[in-house]
Amino acid sequence: MRKVRVIAALIAVGASAGPGHGAGPQDFTSIEHGRYLANAADCGSCHTVPGSDHPFSGGRPIETPFGTLVSPNITPDRETGIGDWSDDEFDAAVRHGRRRDGARLYPAMPFPYYTRMSRQDVTDIRAYLDTIEPARNAVRVKRLPFPFNVRAAMTAWDALYFKPGEYRSDVSKSAEWNRGAYLVQGPGHCGACHTPKTWLGGDKASDSLRGYTLQGWVAPDITSGQGALGSWSTDDVASYLRTGHNRNAAAAGLMAEVVDLSTSKMTDDDVKAIAIYLKEVSGPAAEAAASSDKNVLAAGKAVYQDLCSSCHTPDGKGVPNLFPNLSEAATVSAKDPATVLRVILQGAQSVATDREPTGPAMPAFGWQLNDAQIAALATFVRMDFGHKAQAVSESEVHKTRSALAVRTN
Amino acid sequence: MMHRRHFLIYAALWFAGTTSLTRASIIRDRMPWAPYPSSAPRFERPGPWQFFTADEASAIEAIADRIIPPDPQTPGGKDAGCAVFIDRQLKGPYGSRAGLYNLGPHVKGTKEQGAQSAQTPAELYRKGLANLDRHCATSFDGKKFTQLSADQQDDVLKKIEAGEIKFHGVDAQGFFDALLKDVPEGFFSDPIHGGNHNMVGWSMIGFPGIRYDYRDWVHRHNERYPYPPVSIAGRADWIPHPT
Amino acid sequence: MARKLPAKDVVIVGLGWTGSIMAYELADAGLDVVAIERGPWRNTATDYPPNYAADELRYRIRHELFLRPEQTTFTFRNKMAQTALPIRSWGAFMPPNGVGGGGVHWNAETWRFLPSDFVLRSHLIERYGAGFLPDDMTIQDWGVTYDELEPHYDRFEYLCGTSGQAGNLKGQIVEGGNPFEGPRSRPYPNPPQDQPFGHTLFAKAARELGYKPFPQPSGNMSRAYQNPLGVRLGPCTYCGFCEWFGCGNYAKATPQTTILPALLRKPNFSARDNSEVTRINVDASGKRATGVTFVDTDGNEWEQPADLVILSAYTIFNVQLLLLSQIGKPYDPDANSGVIGRNFTHQTISDVTSFFDPEKFIFNPFIASGAIGTCIDEFNGDNFDHGPHGFVGGGYMGQVQTNGRPIETTPVPPGTPRWGAQWKKAVKENYQSALKPGTGVHGSMYSYRDVYMDLDPTYKDRFGRPLARITMDFHDNEIKQNAFLTDKFAAIFQAMGARQVVKEYRKAPYDVTKYQTTHLCGGAIMGSDPNTSALNRYLQIWDVPNLFVMGASAFPQNAGYNPTGTLAALAYWSADAIRTKYLKSPGHLIDA
Repeated sequence: MRKVRVIAALIAVGASAGPGHGAGPQDFTSIEHGRYLANAADCGSCHTVPGSDHPFSGGRPIETPFGTLVSPNITPDRETGIGDWSDDEFDAAVRHGRRRDGARLYPAMPFPYYTRMSRQDVTDIRAYLDTIEPARNAVRVKRLPFPFNVRAAMTAWDALYFKPGEYRSDVSKSAEWNRGAYLVQGPGHCGACHTPKTWLGGDKASDSLRGYTLQGWVAPDITSGQGALGSWSTDDVASYLRTGHNRNAAAAGLMAEVVDLSTSKMTDDDVKAIAIYLKEVSGPAAEAAASSDKNVLAAGKAVYQDLCSSCHTPDGKGVPNLFPNLSEAATVSAKDPATVLRVILQGAQSVATDREPTGPAMPAFGWQLNDAQIAALATFVRMDFGHKAQAVSESEVHKTRSALAVRTN
Repeated sequence: MMHRRHFLIYAALWFAGTTSLTRASIIRDRMPWAPYPSSAPRFERPGPWQFFTADEASAIEAIADRIIPPDPQTPGGKDAGCAVFIDRQLKGPYGSRAGLYNLGPHVKGTKEQGAQSAQTPAELYRKGLANLDRHCATSFDGKKFTQLSADQQDDVLKKIEAGEIKFHGVDAQGFFDALLKDVPEGFFSDPIHGGNHNMVGWSMIGFPGIRYDYRDWVHRHNERYPYPPVSIAGRADWIPHPT
Repeated sequence: MARKLPAKDVVIVGLGWTGSIMAYELADAGLDVVAIERGPWRNTATDYPPNYAADELRYRIRHELFLRPEQTTFTFRNKMAQTALPIRSWGAFMPPNGVGGGGVHWNAETWRFLPSDFVLRSHLIERYGAGFLPDDMTIQDWGVTYDELEPHYDRFEYLCGTSGQAGNLKGQIVEGGNPFEGPRSRPYPNPPQDQPFGHTLFAKAARELGYKPFPQPSGNMSRAYQNPLGVRLGPCTYCGFCEWFGCGNYAKATPQTTILPALLRKPNFSARDNSEVTRINVDASGKRATGVTFVDTDGNEWEQPADLVILSAYTIFNVQLLLLSQIGKPYDPDANSGVIGRNFTHQTISDVTSFFDPEKFIFNPFIASGAIGTCIDEFNGDNFDHGPHGFVGGGYMGQVQTNGRPIETTPVPPGTPRWGAQWKKAVKENYQSALKPGTGVHGSMYSYRDVYMDLDPTYKDRFGRPLARITMDFHDNEIKQNAFLTDKFAAIFQAMGARQVVKEYRKAPYDVTKYQTTHLCGGAIMGSDPNTSALNRYLQIWDVPNLFVMGASAFPQNAGYNPTGTLAALAYWSADAIRTKYLKSPGHLIDA
């Protein structure tokens, strides 16, 4: 515990430190800071094949709207990894999206976020990566798809979506808020999933953190105010990030991975800082849906009472830290029902963490209920437990079912 | 998806009955989990007989209606689908004694040592029904069991139960014991297994089926539970009828 | 030829309750632990979720979650002169299989044994004289006392979140609990479960008859709970599909819902499923276990070397593996020598079915949990003077009805035909107004010279290994005990206002086709004399100090309670001895 506090103190310093020299393998402070930031930046998630014994050795397919890419090997292997990269080359990749040969990185590498880190932050991450066991794993990185293969298009892309530069503190806000803002906008790259994208794959800056769908999962609106997290307390948000669970929701799917590899490894102070910042990011109320067909709702209610209430309880409130509260879980009332349908169709396992090791799982119902029944159930759950989200149609369920059947992740 | 899983399960021979993984694996780091159920049940649908011949099926339906006769409130064994249930069971692992200990020597022991016969339920039914019709043909002018009156059928079954009628190549009382076990199982098991059609068996006694939450009623002493039964296949109210 | 795997510090045979407890404790001590489990991995959402767990045919009638006799079974006979025959389909008891073991499909009745149960022989001789015990009764003291086990009972109850009402807190008798229980250091972690109608009627009648009824200690949660390992359970919803079934909503204490999530986070633990241990290997001296040999699903044979071997399979399999591995001297009932296989016991269960006026009573029998129940303990162990009755032992009794599942629980009054219109009418009339506790009288079974286990000379398992052979019958002492208890039990239902009470006494000969409980005990018993026990008081094999044997196989005789609380407490007790004594100085914890 004491060690963790020391590290947290060092991070605060690190975030504002100026450019320094490359750290040597003996530089404990730099390596520890780098390790912490590599977790906060969730590098391991994309750069490790799940279940692999060789962390950071790449090869994981990354699904993007423009096709599937494969993450590179970032272990210190000199031939297939980044062992012979200079610190400048590493920094250019992480903070500016430039390959060693000067070509563009596809923004699946979240450099538009990582650019908010300092040069020292990135040097420290490098120092940490240098301590990883080198893994020989030559990853064939695909050619970038259009428009990222056109130099002129990229200049335009940069102008639209890439604002380089370190995080600058807002002196009118508390140190905690600033720390949270730095983590969310920088290493945490929350918007990479939670901010809606334009057709070019860039963030819709005006809709920051208002929800997006990727890889068959909803990254819900995480704004407060009238937004989806409006009724969550700061502690609710912090507990969710730290443990994967709170009285309202449980992290599953992509967010389970984020909690497992990243936020559960942050300090209590840092997840609290993120929560404080997020609670001040306000968002609009969801558009109230037109009332749905009474008969459909009645069928949905019957299915819910017979199959769902023994865990989620008849009123949808669930059991804290075990069975999500369906009126407060942000994915339930998200505009896009992708997550609701996915967990109903194929089930889901929530994340297990040291503080919440249970990791309860939701059973699958897709084998038992037809598309119309699942549509009715999803509609009932979305409309009846307080949020008045849009009804779900039978054809939407059909499409989701077909898509999941061929999905491998 | 489900069918493929079932195929794999059956293909795994003596691991047939195990749920979940059927292959040795190493478990570490986290609680294993994969999308979709490992062991979703099979739904038996109405349709052609899978084990019985048409004649055998008629006989079983007639017997089911004697063991559980229809009454004004509740259908009998036949309309409840007990014959369909037994047909599907005999076609499945139960019919072939799959998973039971089948190695010899097969020696008759004491009652307390349990049944030792190598005969499968499938053979028991096949031979039992053939014997039943042979007996009826001899005793009732060439009639089949299904052609007898209800009283005559009851009379034959009572004699089998009492050991007064002997079968060839199969124990008549053993056959009747199997019927007394299997027909009510068809009447009371989940409709997904082919019997208990429309949950008539459950409705008759007030059993609510697979409802999994009675927290609202555990305190309500001596009050009849008011909600209708639910099957794994659902109930009528699950079907949306958009207006 | 077995392929050799890299050595581990510890290999655990069987990942049920005791295997999970041992694995956690030893991994927590920093040892590199592997558990080898014969059956498959299984867990709530993918194997017995609420949307299909309540399938009576599949789980109760066709035994889905249990071992398949085809995989292995036992042979059985009542008397030594008979030829034992194989149990081809399960009946009197239900051997578990798979990760979680019996912990997946138990009822979760979480009892402690009485202090006098642990010193049974000396206690009974002191009170009644040696001549009071039948000549061929071979009961023994355990070598461990209730007071020594109390902290370990407590750990298990807090692991499980047991719901109950303390009856004896540090010597103070507490109203509403079991006044006969040994002193407990603190209350149960959760309050008792809600009791349905029939159970409350039983409590009222029992009180009026002068008894002290109390809620059965239950591993079904009366409320949501987080245990000391951080693992959470949900509230029980009284679904009525508990024993024989997996719990669909995390409401029953099982290894999966209490310990495995925390255990699997330990990097020094791993498990292999669908892998059957066929032998415990010993070195040339026979005094040291070198590991185990197991077979995977492809038929490949593997050797797993380890410094410490923990045997934590089901009772009979523990004993069978010791016999097959030629560890310890096999018991010989003629010579009354040897230890492996001796003092084998089960339980003496009987039931009473009561029929009430359907116009006045609606019990909703389907509203229940596995360990729900209202019990009395006046006739258990030595809680009453046996002097006038001419037998020893006893059991708790109670309205412990766990279900109203219609294939199993549609009682009809005696005299009803077995089929036809009258049977159908009787089923319909009595379903809501009959009470059938199932295991209402939960009596002890004490040990005898001619009740034991050895290897069968004829029948083999699929690997060609001899099946274990059970020789077991009820003795007069148990039959008398059961008659006495069943009469007392029936009187309570009479007082509840039943219009007909049907007693189903347990009778000899022991019938392997009739379900009692899965509480087979003994065969590798603990004690203080290596001539009459296989294990010392720490569950360490006398002859092979790096081999420990968990489970009810260590019970010298069975008490009138469900065994899980006690076998789990023994596992914690043994783990504690390994951590605090054995690891510091590996070797004999007690000098023989």
